[in-house]
Amino acid sequence: MTLLLLRAAHSATRQSSKSGSSNAGMAHIRRAKLADKTITVILSTIAALFVVLLALITVYLLYKGARAATPDLLSFTGFGVGIQLFNTVYLVFLSLLVTVPIGICAGIFLAEYAGKGPIIAVVRTCIETLSSLPSIIVGLFGFLVLIQLTHSKWNLLAGALALAILNVPLIARTTEDALRSVDRSYYDGSIGLGATRWQTTVRILLRASVPRIITGIILAAGRGFGEAAVLIYTAGMNSAVNFNNWDPTSITSPLNILRPADTLAVHIWALKTEGIMANANQIADLSAAVLVVLVLVFSLSARWLGNRFDKKMSGGK
Amino acid sequence: MESKLRKLKTEYLGRTIVTVFGISIIVLTLAILAFLGYKGGATFLTHGHSLASFLFSSKWDPAQAGQVGTVGSAVFIVGTLEVAALALLIAAPFSLAVAIVISDLAPRVGRRFLRPVIEVFVGIPSVVYGWLGLTVLVPLVARIFHLPFGFSVLSAGLVLAVMIFPTITSVAADALQATPPESKEASYALGSTRWQMIRRVALRYGRTGILTGIVLGLARACGEALAVAMVIGQSNSFAHGLLSPTNTITAVITSSMGNTVNGSEYNDALWSLAFLLLLISLVFIVVIRFIGRQREDS
Repeated sequence: MTLLLLRAAHSATRQSSKSGSSNAGMAHIRRAKLADKTITVILSTIAALFVVLLALITVYLLYKGARAATPDLLSFTGFGVGIQLFNTVYLVFLSLLVTVPIGICAGIFLAEYAGKGPIIAVVRTCIETLSSLPSIIVGLFGFLVLIQLTHSKWNLLAGALALAILNVPLIARTTEDALRSVDRSYYDGSIGLGATRWQTTVRILLRASVPRIITGIILAAGRGFGEAAVLIYTAGMNSAVNFNNWDPTSITSPLNILRPADTLAVHIWALKTEGIMANANQIADLSAAVLVVLVLVFSLSARWLGNRFDKKMSGGK
Repeated sequence: MESKLRKLKTEYLGRTIVTVFGISIIVLTLAILAFLGYKGGATFLTHGHSLASFLFSSKWDPAQAGQVGTVGSAVFIVGTLEVAALALLIAAPFSLAVAIVISDLAPRVGRRFLRPVIEVFVGIPSVVYGWLGLTVLVPLVARIFHLPFGFSVLSAGLVLAVMIFPTITSVAADALQATPPESKEASYALGSTRWQMIRRVALRYGRTGILTGIVLGLARACGEALAVAMVIGQSNSFAHGLLSPTNTITAVITSSMGNTVNGSEYNDALWSLAFLLLLISLVFIVVIRFIGRQREDS
């Protein structure tokens, strides 16, 4: 409707421009203004459409999930997605135990010790390469090194390590950025008091960077929850767990890190591609909803925390 | 002597540890290249296929154990490029539109609302996009075009388009927002409308950044495995059009790797595909660096 009106106005301006040469300049301006308005309307509509699309996707996911939800499917027994939920959180937690120390150390190296020579350029290139590799490639590498070379079966530990490869670049880069953004005077002050570079880095700079690093870790966790391509050939696509058995050395114990474990994301993949159960679709719907809620909670809280820290740093405005 | 010892604890130890971890990232990257290269080479070195027959033939019938088959992967390579190109064609115009809204038309709404919305889009896991494609898009495509099944290049392109849209949008918006305010003001002072300013100043300044976003999106589209595997239909023949199924590199690897015996021709052919995918992503990384350097120069 608006478009039609605009078009009509457009042709009107055209005609008026023909009526006399003194009017030509005016018409030119009018046309430019009209184009400006038209474009504004079109582009804003597109932006609004995408917001609606996201809202639709979210509502649809939650609706399907809620419709599929029964107490049985939400349980921690063989039928429910409780096992997969536990696996997801446990695997990401294990993975972060590896990712965080390595990522922070690599970040410190980049920000403080790598200098400006060729080494930092090479490490940067490698980090960039690692973070833009397709996750299926990282998964296959994990399969090759952690499963085939060690002659083991699919297991949680292999999945956690493969996922760590994917997340280390993220933590390293966050740490480096955070360290670099700490005010220079902190560094000078600490060195001036006789601290070594390492002491300054760990006790002053790193401490000031903690909020941003935590935000980075939460983001990494959120990404880990949704990752599946890395895990299919490392952590496996099934799990047989008894939730009454808490002895970590037993193969059916949920805590055992050498048992196969399917996360929610992998579960959805398995159900949708080779699911043979009668209610495979129903379980997949529920898993998708649970997974998205988990991921959203993490990404929103990372955002909220980030904003809060930023406000604190800038004097609470 | 004592101060040296002290310094060992307060400086050298920590420095050594972080240096080791920093260098280990190089080792890890090289290891990925080396292992995949080694496994991927077996098709040509052990099983004696030529590179040309791997890249340009479409006869895909690798043998499971001991025998000799064919490893022509042209279908997968073409399929990957097709879906990625289609996704880009669909996503890029929309991304650019939303990026302009974020940077110039409604910066406040952009920062407060649109950027967070786009972050949520990024956060949705790829299997969930695959799940959506399978439960919504595939049946929809089947119904609209009267097909028995909706698995098609179109479905894969659409799913991928939604997935790469946030990547391109946020990179393009960053690029547009980096336009120097003086240039914008100058343009307005000369009497430009907002759109004239965007077209003649902001889009020109952001050109390389927008290109980076597009290449990043393309790279993601080529490397995405599960979502594509779920909706592409996985038929080992070239697509006859947008509505016919085909297969991609990532899809064939994901679905077949688990069913093959280690060391067999079939298994090695899949590793060769994986190595090819790695090389493709490396090409994209090099291209992005090249564009970035051009931007620094100009």
